[in-house]
This record gives sequence, C-alpha cells and structure tokens, in this order.
Amino acid sequence: MNSLTDAFFGAFQLILRADPTLLSIIGLSLQVSVTAVAIASILGLALGSLVAVSRFPGRGLVIAVLNATMGLPPVVIGLLVYLLLSRAGPLGAYGLLFTPTAMVIAQVILITPIIAALSRQTIEDAWREYREQLASLGVRGASAARTLLWDSRFSLVTITLAGLGRACAEVGAVMIVGGNIDGVTRVMTTAIALETTKGDLPLALSLGIVLVLIVLAINIVAQSLKSFAERRYG
Amino acid sequence: MVDLAKMPANLLPVALRGISVIANQKPILRDIDLEITRGTRTVILGANGAGKSTLLRVLHGLVKPSSGTALNVTSQPLTDVQLRAHDAMLFQRPVMLRTSAFNNVLYAAQQMSHTKRNGGAREQAVWEALRAVGLEEIADRPARVLSGGEQQRIAFARALVRQPDVLYLDEPTASLDPRSARQIEDCIQRAASSGVTIVMTTHNLALAKRIAESIVFLCEGRITEITPASQFFSQPESTEGRNFLEGEAI
Repeated sequence: MNSLTDAFFGAFQLILRADPTLLSIIGLSLQVSVTAVAIASILGLALGSLVAVSRFPGRGLVIAVLNATMGLPPVVIGLLVYLLLSRAGPLGAYGLLFTPTAMVIAQVILITPIIAALSRQTIEDAWREYREQLASLGVRGASAARTLLWDSRFSLVTITLAGLGRACAEVGAVMIVGGNIDGVTRVMTTAIALETTKGDLPLALSLGIVLVLIVLAINIVAQSLKSFAERRYG
Repeated sequence: MVDLAKMPANLLPVALRGISVIANQKPILRDIDLEITRGTRTVILGANGAGKSTLLRVLHGLVKPSSGTALNVTSQPLTDVQLRAHDAMLFQRPVMLRTSAFNNVLYAAQQMSHTKRNGGAREQAVWEALRAVGLEEIADRPARVLSGGEQQRIAFARALVRQPDVLYLDEPTASLDPRSARQIEDCIQRAASSGVTIVMTTHNLALAKRIAESIVFLCEGRITEITPASQFFSQPESTEGRNFLEGEAI
C-alpha cells in the first residue's frame, strides 16, 4: 500500500515540478501523434469523401475493406512498417527505422483507415440529405465532396480528434518501429511499458496520468465542439 | 462536355416525348408527352404514388428517364445539365447548409458558372432574393435553426437567385403551417407575375386552384388529362380526375 502511495506521490511531484524527462517524452509523443493525425486527416478525409460521393463497381468491397482496416492490430502494422524500413526492406536505404518519422508512418497507416471509414459514413449520410439539392444547383463530384466536407466539419473534427486519441494511446506499432530509444523515439506509451518493467513507478504513473488527461481533454473538446455546433448551426 | 456559356439564354418550351421511368422493375412513369411553355403555371395533380415528383425530377434533369427524350424548342435532345442550367427546384423539405441564411443563398449564386456575375453583383443578387421572400432581416442567422416556413422561404430565395426561367415546386407547402404556406404562395405568385414559368405538384387543391392555369393529372404513371384549371375543377375530362376530386379511389 505504501509503495502505491509513494508511487502516486512521486508521480505528482514529477508533474508539478515539470520534470524535463517527463516533458521531453510528452513533447515527442504529441509531436509524433499530431503530425501523424494531420497527414492521416488529409488522406482519410479525401478517401472517405471520395468513396462517399462516388459510385463505382466494387464500392461495397472498398467500404468493407475500409471498415475492416479500422481494426488492424497495431503490432501487425508495426511489423509491416519495420519490414519496409529495415535495412533489407524496400525503403531501407532511407535509414528511417528507429526514428520519429518511422513512428509517424506507422501511426498514419493505423489512423488513416479510422478517419476514412468514419468520415465516409458521416459524409455519406450528409450526401443522402443534400444529394438532390446539390444536383439541382449543378454541384457534383469534387465540388460536392468539398461542400459536404465543409458542412460536416464539426463531426469530422470529432473524428479527427478520435484519431488523435487513438494515436496518443497506441503502443505496439511505435514500439516496434521506434525502438523506444531514450531521448530519440521514447514516447509516453513506450516509456510507461519500459519504466513499469524497470520498477520506476513514479515516472510510469506520471506519464500514465498525463496520457489519460490528454485523452480525456481530447474527448471533452470533441464533445463540446459537437454540442456547440448543434446548438449554433442546427 | 456541355459548354454552358454557349447555351441559348433559355430552353423553353421544353417538350417531353414518350418518357418512361422504371425503378426496381416497377414503372413509375409511362409514355409521358408533355410541353412546358414560357410563362405558364402548371400544376401536376394525382394520388400518392402517381409519379408527380418523379415527373418533376425528369423535367428538372434530376431523374434520367428509362426511355423517351426531353427536347428543346428546336427539337434537339436536352441533357440533364442543360435542363438544370436555367431552372430551379424547391423541394418539399428544404435542405439547409450549416451556415447563415445569407450564405445558403450565396452558395446557390456561386454555382452559376455560366453567368458573369462578380462577387459584388452576386451579393447584391442574394440581398434581392432575400428581400423578395421577406427575410433580409434574418440573413445572418444560422439557416438550420430557422422555422420550417423560414427555411422554405430561404430555399425559395436560393431558387430565385438563380434567375430561373422555370421554377419547379415539389409540394412546397406540404409541411408548413397555414401562415407559412400563405407566405410561400405569395412568393410563388410574385415569381409567376414576373414571368417565371411555374410547374408545381401539390395535394392542396385550394392552392392548385389559385395557382394553376392548367392541370396535368397523373394516374399510375400516366397522364390521363391536361386541361385548363377552371375546367378541371368544374368538369374533369377523365374518370380518374373526377374520382380524385370526389375523394374516391382511383
């Protein structure tokens, strides 16, 4: 019991005195995740809106694949990216393995399907509502997709924030491709795993508390934004 | 690719010849022949499921017929893009973008790539359209939080800003209270007075009587009669029309 209390006490001390190691790990985590989500949002929203407003043979299969890839195990993605970036892999020459860039790549692959699948559903619902009106105004194709993206912006921001929450909390893929190198690729989740096995519970706990707070804050922001938009714009 | 800039200023009269629409192996419209001439007010009547809304959508180029063609004044076939270029349509349930009333109308004006309006002229046209429906004072309010009647008037302004030759109205007052319905009717009357051709579907016979010059009566996807409104309401030509007015099964 005492050790648990000590661990929490130590953790809060680290947070309150803004421990440099703690801050550097949090900083890198946010840098990797925000970069990955920014890239995944561009790819995912474009893909989601394209599938939502297009009709083509095999569309049902594309949607099924998109939905299925939402559940891809992070360690499998990590392994695939590892194989791609390893010295013997096709992209080995770029020397990206065990760098933050490799972690961003893994997270982009992990999050893009989530953003694409969820935005596809959101935009398709909007498309059903607006299709005739937009067609009546002569709006179609890419122009219709742009209109729907803008009109669904609050729901899409919520989806993007859900992607950010997923990225921040991910451990398997970034562990494999980042290698958890101190000061280089050590992020919150990988540090928690390592420090727990080392027995440095205060650092692991402080990171855990910050991680939970970040994920909680993201969800509160997402929920507030959606409620505000519903009240303001209907 | 249709070059809208090279299109004639108007396409009226538009003639439908032998139009049929089949959806899910079920005929919705059968062998429709119909002409819409400039400045007329036509009301399409018929029971639920008669094909009124589909006919309106064929005229507006939203539904591609399974067979038959839409022809312009020189008997040239018209594409759906050509049909829509000089028309506007008001739907039963207005769909508003998540932005202000003004921006909803502006959006419609911005889609008119074949006109030469610049930004200032476009905004001026939006204000005129909002004034025409009596809503310039709530232009800044979010469109989706307005009442159903106000949203329908915004949709009307959105149609007007396109300066249509033909205005298609699909049961425009169906879900409105009497006051809002009256306001929409006033808008329709004013548009008709300014020379806009009106084609409307409705179940409101009183509204049809006040608006229509001629009645197109549809039954199970077929036109059973096209008669002047005064004649239709006093002495319809077809048995189906008579039964419809008497509230009997057609």
